[in-house]
Amino acid sequence: MLFTSWAFLLFLAVLVPLYYLVPKRVQWIVLLLADAVFVGFAGVRGAVYMVVTIVTVYAAARGFDALFRRQRETVAAMKATHTKEERKKARLGFEKKRRAVLILCLCVNVGILFVLKYGAAIGRLSAAWLHTPAFGADLTLTMGISFYTFSSIGYLLDVYRETIPAEKNPFRLALFVSFFPLLVQGPISRFDLLGRQLNAPHSFSGERFLSGALRIAWGYWKKLIVADRLLVAVKALCARPAVYRGDFVFVEMLLYAACLYADFTGGIDITIGIGEWFGVTVEENFFRPYFSKSISEYWRRWHITLGEWFKRYVYYPLSVSKPMRTLSQKSRRLGVGVSRRLPVYLATLLVWALTGAWHGSNWTFLVWGVLNGVVILLSEEMKPLYARFHARFPGLTNGACYRGFTVIRTILLLSSLRLLDCYATVKEAFSAFFSMFTTWNWGAVFRGGIQSLGLSWADYGAAFAGVLCMFALSMAQRKGPIRKRILSHGTVCSVCVLLLLIGTILVFGRYGFGFDAGQFIYNRF
Amino acid sequence: MKRTVLKIGGVLLACILLFGALFAITRLLMPKYRETSVEGSLTAEYYRDTTPHDVLFIGDCEVFSNFSPVTLWNEYGIPSYIRGSAQQLVWHSYYLLEDALQTETPKVVVYNVLALKYGEPQSEAYNRMTLDGMRWGKAKTGAIKAGMTEGEDFMSYVFPLLRFHARWSELGSEDFAYWFKAGEPVSFNGYLLRTEVRPATETPLPPVLKDPHLPETSMAWLEKTAALCKENGIDLVLIKSPSIEPYWYPEWDADVAAFAEAHGLWYVNMIEQNDAIGIDMQTDTCDMGQHLNVYGAEKLSRWFGSELKTRYALADRRGDEALDAAYRTLTERYETEKLRLTEGN
Repeated sequence: MLFTSWAFLLFLAVLVPLYYLVPKRVQWIVLLLADAVFVGFAGVRGAVYMVVTIVTVYAAARGFDALFRRQRETVAAMKATHTKEERKKARLGFEKKRRAVLILCLCVNVGILFVLKYGAAIGRLSAAWLHTPAFGADLTLTMGISFYTFSSIGYLLDVYRETIPAEKNPFRLALFVSFFPLLVQGPISRFDLLGRQLNAPHSFSGERFLSGALRIAWGYWKKLIVADRLLVAVKALCARPAVYRGDFVFVEMLLYAACLYADFTGGIDITIGIGEWFGVTVEENFFRPYFSKSISEYWRRWHITLGEWFKRYVYYPLSVSKPMRTLSQKSRRLGVGVSRRLPVYLATLLVWALTGAWHGSNWTFLVWGVLNGVVILLSEEMKPLYARFHARFPGLTNGACYRGFTVIRTILLLSSLRLLDCYATVKEAFSAFFSMFTTWNWGAVFRGGIQSLGLSWADYGAAFAGVLCMFALSMAQRKGPIRKRILSHGTVCSVCVLLLLIGTILVFGRYGFGFDAGQFIYNRF
Repeated sequence: MKRTVLKIGGVLLACILLFGALFAITRLLMPKYRETSVEGSLTAEYYRDTTPHDVLFIGDCEVFSNFSPVTLWNEYGIPSYIRGSAQQLVWHSYYLLEDALQTETPKVVVYNVLALKYGEPQSEAYNRMTLDGMRWGKAKTGAIKAGMTEGEDFMSYVFPLLRFHARWSELGSEDFAYWFKAGEPVSFNGYLLRTEVRPATETPLPPVLKDPHLPETSMAWLEKTAALCKENGIDLVLIKSPSIEPYWYPEWDADVAAFAEAHGLWYVNMIEQNDAIGIDMQTDTCDMGQHLNVYGAEKLSRWFGSELKTRYALADRRGDEALDAAYRTLTERYETEKLRLTEGN
């Protein structure tokens, strides 16, 4: 059930009133049933994987709870009769059991994700390199699996670390794992932030409903007016890498930057808005990312929940893990700087490689991830150099022009890296990138080339106007959330804005017969 | 309390304004079919003619191009109308007839059989041209549901803005000129007048048929149409209009003939009557034998009117004041247009 389908709008139109009509104590059950319908629409296979995740994660988390309780009871009982060493040994015994349960559960869930994500690619590689019969061609990702698996693992690790208690009711955990708006493209949520809200009773609030509607409409606006329009040109450019080179690649970089932003943030806006309709605050996934002055800042503002997840559950544990500590100690003879940096840098590169791999099985994603890590580390290494430069030319670096330069530099840099997302192979992506410096066809784009990409001038005009609106809104948001300001002007004003958004989507959106108002780009990850 | 009322009033006003604006925008964006693809206007024009019709033609381009209701009236006093549009498929024809029967009951329904060769929906564009102009009701709902192509959805018929919204970038002067104005009808009781002469130079070789028979789906719709006529006491006549292309296969002809015989209907393949009618594909066609021009249409209508009169004892309705007045106006418009187009050629 696509967000952009009539079926989905009908689904919401039935669900929202139903949610508030039923007694509050069963609201969460209505949501859970809605999740089941949504997941069911996507196919039985996906539902089965999801049930496996829910069951294993629930069982493991409850297992942790039981082991903690038994550990405490045992250690308490041993206090009078056993030595400290014996008590420590008993504690370690329980820890071992918990770790075994954790590893088993992680193996099952990461295993499912791994097989579905990389099974087909491994099958192809095996056939090409080892000449085995090809296998895994029918292994495809089921809806939302990358997102709910990560959310579930986050919950599991939080319970393992005793950050949160295990949920006693398996169906309430199921609601957190399967909450339908988040299955399309995230955000990756935490149980302590979302799970409790989903299970809590909610009263209807007109203002919250209007606020959610504004957010949803803005999401559709970005998706249908800007993203789906620009995607046509981006697809055309990517499809013929041998033809579209030089300045076409530059245009492609910029179009894809705008397209991906409108698509991903649009989808998240819809998700957050739907969450508001059910009285749930879904975490923000973006914070005006294209205003970042460096790549590392950009990654703190783009797909925030994925970055946070990796930081919380991979980067920090890895940085302070025993092997890293050993490595740090052993590298001391190379100097304090090296010994301090080595574990951090290794962990950073590993996390970025994993981030790349999370996006897909293609080598392009892995290279993209590692390159992001390399750029971030290089920036870190060059900080003293920048500091010296800034100290030398304080007037040059303090002005708005310099800030603008850093923002544009970041956009160009991340857009260059994103070329790896556009092309089928690493070679094609690098070839396209370097063609910008070797193929001097500047102007060919505007001498008719751009019109061969499936869009008319009117379409480019509409997309450009859309991008300008998004930019203006981002600028305005620096003074505070726009929706709050609109809502503060009263219901009538808010309804007018909402109707204006709906009206412009209806006329200028790319949907209906002859258009492919399809799935969100991030849904394929 | 006052504030709440004001708030609700404001929201209602905003909604009314939005719906008003969307209505106006929809009117603007919908194709007007005035200068190009004029066939798209035909379905809606039927409702503008309030006179009763003894004969109703049903079918595709082979009826709206080949029969002249003006000739039928002036020669025989038969009031008639053509409910045909481009690539009007069999289920469309059924529902357009059902729709017409809501307001009138003709004595004879003349059904062109060419579209029987299509058992599946063909083209979204033609679907829209046939259906957008139809008045809402059970018949229209049925017609839409019966033949949507892949990617079409019912909602876009209810709210045509959902289908035609992208036309904002291709609006032309006719869109503004006919935004809220219907303008003069483009047809003459459903007949599209064409005066060009483009002789048929050769008879193209027909492709070999994979299946020699007409699709079962089509025959089932024809069956339904026959039943509908019978139910309403209407004589159904099956015709194959004269044309060189598209090729009308003898196997198809046999299927229709068998159907007609089984149901006691008159079926006439006019291709075989060319000499009797006097059709000359060197002078009477506007597109090398696919459709007749006005000269061919008048010849065909003269011949067919005589057949109808003889076989179905249709009364000469000339002398009926209302009909006389309506057809006088129609004839004047027809002759003026014929002259204008002839001079234009």
